[in-house]
Amino acid sequence: MSINPMNSTPIRSETSGLKTDTLFLNMGPQHPSTHGVLRLGLTISGEVIVEAMPDIGYLHRGVEKLLETRTYAQGVVLADRLDYCSAMSNDLAFCLSVEKLLGAQVPKRAQVLRVIMAELNRIASHLIFFGTYGIDIGAFTPFLYAFREREMVLDLFEMCCGARLTYNYIRPGGVASDINADWIARCREFLDFFKPRLDEYDTLLSFNPIFLVRTQTVGIITPKTAVAWGLSGPNLRASGVNYDVRQAEPYCGYEQYDFTVALGKTGSCWDRYFCRVVEMRQSVRIVEQALSRLASGEIMAKLPKVLRLPAGEAYSHIEASRGDLGVYIVSDGGLAPYRLHFRAPCFINLAILQEILVGKKVADVIAVLGSLDIVLGEVDR
Amino acid sequence: MILDKYPAVLQAVPGGKILLTTTDDFINLGRKYSIWPLTFGLACCAIEMMAAYASRFDFDRLGVIPRPSPRQADLMIIAGTFVKKMAAPVREIYHQMPEPRFVIAMGSCANCGGPFHDAYSVVKGVDKVIPVDVYIPGCPPRPEALIYGVMELQKKIMRMKLAKGGGATLQAEKGSRDPAGGA
Repeated sequence: MSINPMNSTPIRSETSGLKTDTLFLNMGPQHPSTHGVLRLGLTISGEVIVEAMPDIGYLHRGVEKLLETRTYAQGVVLADRLDYCSAMSNDLAFCLSVEKLLGAQVPKRAQVLRVIMAELNRIASHLIFFGTYGIDIGAFTPFLYAFREREMVLDLFEMCCGARLTYNYIRPGGVASDINADWIARCREFLDFFKPRLDEYDTLLSFNPIFLVRTQTVGIITPKTAVAWGLSGPNLRASGVNYDVRQAEPYCGYEQYDFTVALGKTGSCWDRYFCRVVEMRQSVRIVEQALSRLASGEIMAKLPKVLRLPAGEAYSHIEASRGDLGVYIVSDGGLAPYRLHFRAPCFINLAILQEILVGKKVADVIAVLGSLDIVLGEVDR
Repeated sequence: MILDKYPAVLQAVPGGKILLTTTDDFINLGRKYSIWPLTFGLACCAIEMMAAYASRFDFDRLGVIPRPSPRQADLMIIAGTFVKKMAAPVREIYHQMPEPRFVIAMGSCANCGGPFHDAYSVVKGVDKVIPVDVYIPGCPPRPEALIYGVMELQKKIMRMKLAKGGGATLQAEKGSRDPAGGA
């Protein structure tokens, strides 16, 4: 029997005469490609992963506990900092849940503004993924291109709410501030600039032969596995499962917008990557439609200054950049939630690593991990 | 002319072919423009740190090039919330860096716990574990603020003396609380 380093089971001494052993490899928490402070405990046999165990908690900030001591208006600030790459989505999920329990009606203009901001944030968030995934695979240039465009989105956010990353813009009852004609013009300018850039990305990275080889047959997740592990967002849709909260359970009037849900075919790393690139294109479409239907009106519902939610519970979920983000509020009628839970898509998406990494090569770990696009702030909460 | 830029540091010998300077100034000048930070992000601030490296802000202008290994790094930017579970690894990474090593605490969380100051799992400031050279306020600080922080560190580096142990954090201005008794 020949010594095959590709063999995933350790070679026994009685068959080959060689005594081999598995090796425990510690990846992280300081590792340039773990996108934060994730630690992976890898047991490897030669080049092959025998066992992979994600170790989380290096960014556990106790947000859910903290929220029990914060009023609902203050809660938005902490919700911002969960998935810091797409803070608008977090705000939106949190506010939708508060409004659901409160029974508040959000004005129409505020709803459209929410859609615009959430979709622009999705673009910004997927651009971070596009850039960092390129770095993970070994291409540095896409990072510079992605951040050039991302800065333009951040400029738009800065114009309307003054912050670049943590916005506190979507508040219970509506949004914090209105946009003006100048903003709309700048936004349209950005969209016109951005559309041809997406084609550029395809030539730059998406169909690059080296990139294809590194990702196209790697980290395949079957639809059945994806559903079994509770994946959501682009990770689920890359496996071909058509589930998008924006269409399955529309919120903020998403049912009025015309967009297609990007679906992958095989569930490989490349499919997960490309789903996000296509999603950016769809987000541009949604923002364009939203800008054209922006009617004048109120941006904030008439709510008391100090929110006191009726006793009870509410759950609402949205399609955030990384998947199905849900917020579950239990209120006892006080100023702060009695208990608040985030259904964080990153946390649930991360768990599947244990299954799909087994049997893969060490070099593929980064490709698989990067393609899941986790944000540790949301994993650890 | 280089003399116009550093009148206090360099002197020209008459004839104009030779520049005179002290060892300290010469080393500090080189050190100042080759600060290599560790690619090490904790939370939200890390995204702004990435933005500082990227196209618009272009950290390379200051000679700041990220390195993935602590063995090759001079500077550790603590960008994000510093929680108890992370304290031991951060300290280990800090001690893996060759001296002289510098630390920038970026953002409110690294300074004092920030919006999570009352959480049970958050360390109230990274200076409780490792000494910090520059504190940058903000939640998160803008990339410009980080660049300003690095420029402040450069000023500090220019004050370093070989004879005094070489650290940017001079004993007189050491405000940090290093339990190891000053590294």
